[in-house]
Amino acid sequence: MNIQEIITALELKVITESKAFSQVVPSYGYSSDLLSCVMAGAPHQSIWVTLQAHSNIVAVAALLELSAVIITEGAAPDAATIAKANEEGVVLLGTEKTSFNMVGLLWELGLRCKPAE
Amino acid sequence: MGEPSRFQGHTITDKDAENITRVEELAYELKIDAVMTRNPATVAPDTTMCDTLNLFRQNRISGAPVILNNTLVGIISIEDLIRCLQKNDLSSPVSTYMSSKLLTVHGVDPVIDALKLFVSSDYGRLPVLDENNILAGIITKGDITSGILKALQKDYHAEEVRRYRASHLFEDIESDRSSLILRYNIKQGDFVRGGAASSAIKRALLRLGATPQIARRTGIAIYEAEMNLIIHTTNGGVIRVEIEPHQISINISDDGPGIENVELALRPGYSTATETVRELGFGAGMGLVNIQRCVDSMRLESVYGKGTNLRLKILLQKEESVGEGSTPNKEN
Ligand SMILES: Nc1ncnc2c1ncn2[C@@H]1O[C@H](COP(=O)(O)OP(=O)(O)OP(=O)(O)O)[C@@H](O)[C@H]1O
Ligand SMILES: [Mg+2]
Repeated sequence: MNIQEIITALELKVITESKAFSQVVPSYGYSSDLLSCVMAGAPHQSIWVTLQAHSNIVAVAALLELSAVIITEGAAPDAATIAKANEEGVVLLGTEKTSFNMVGLLWELGLRCKPAE
Repeated sequence: MGEPSRFQGHTITDKDAENITRVEELAYELKIDAVMTRNPATVAPDTTMCDTLNLFRQNRISGAPVILNNTLVGIISIEDLIRCLQKNDLSSPVSTYMSSKLLTVHGVDPVIDALKLFVSSDYGRLPVLDENNILAGIITKGDITSGILKALQKDYHAEEVRRYRASHLFEDIESDRSSLILRYNIKQGDFVRGGAASSAIKRALLRLGATPQIARRTGIAIYEAEMNLIIHTTNGGVIRVEIEPHQISINISDDGPGIENVELALRPGYSTATETVRELGFGAGMGLVNIQRCVDSMRLESVYGKGTNLRLKILLQKEESVGEGSTPNKEN
């Protein structure tokens, strides 16, 4: 399942510039609003679901090379954050739904968390 | 110069656009005399068509300039030969069949000029003249294609060489017996630029040819330390990264407030972050724990009231990736 299919199926808003989403296949899913937990737990190239919308999520997503960040409950990143994300090649997606709801829907689409080692 | 006509009705991808642009650029950059065929086989006006036929066969060519007293007077092509053969007239001289309505280009002109003439005239070959209007060569569409391909290949090769050099930079450092030092000043409270230093360092490492795992581990460790400078210090601090062939040494220091109980600070979940900072998602008390997992050695020293110093080392020989969410082997 690629990012484009996820965007379409879950009616996500594409906040950053669109790119070849159908060529990006996320590895796993991850959710937390605590950035250092994300740093520790979000797998490489995973999708991160969060309520945070400020500019530091871009740094985290870029460093971890995440496939996409889904910002929930309609939280809107500011223009500077979006610009930074575009610069770093970070994909920001938005939804009105809650994080819990989003995670459930992603799970239904077949996305899983990384099994514990 | 008009826009070269192009790609109507085609959807072109960014990648295509990039490549096409380069080809177009080359059409303007390359000079005709760089791609033309030099010293082409020529005939004289009184050469027989029969001899011309043999010349074409021997040289596997389909056209030749006609020269009289060093001057270009016409061009004879395979089409002219066919006309002649149909009339069974091979003993006639070239002058009977050649076309003397001449389109020529100059060697110093860009390839695009020849391309334009090919498009507007449907000629297959054009004589190329030098600055004295003496025949210098002949150019066909094929010459242009292979000239541009060669130039593209050279571009590609240059890029390869650059990459090769970058990946050998670590070795260069060693042979110079020196190291590369990066230094960043981090301002207290500067959340907007949070992560800028770690991103820059990660990028630098990748450019230097470090493995993606090493670059990511270093990036994560420095990010946590960078955020701690932004969040917990009085005046911010300095990140200093020394890159050597065998290791990356990172030194993060600040001048206050210092950590009262270092042991406690290292405990997972311990945080003194304020409510405002926690709302931004910081203060899980996991930063130092993350750093520990990403590096090969870590030393945290602090004098309460004075400042904090964090020393990290990442060894470059080890290939395995430590401490990050790590790469999955299979997609779902
Ligand atoms: N440079 C520093 N100066 C003063 N105190 C620090 C410094 N770095 C860390 N600390 C103290 O150590 C604690 C633990 O740091 P750590 O990075 O592990 O967690 P945190 O920053 O509170 O939360 P998180 O990193 O999970 O967002 C901090 O809350 C702070 O009290
Ligand atoms: Mg921290």
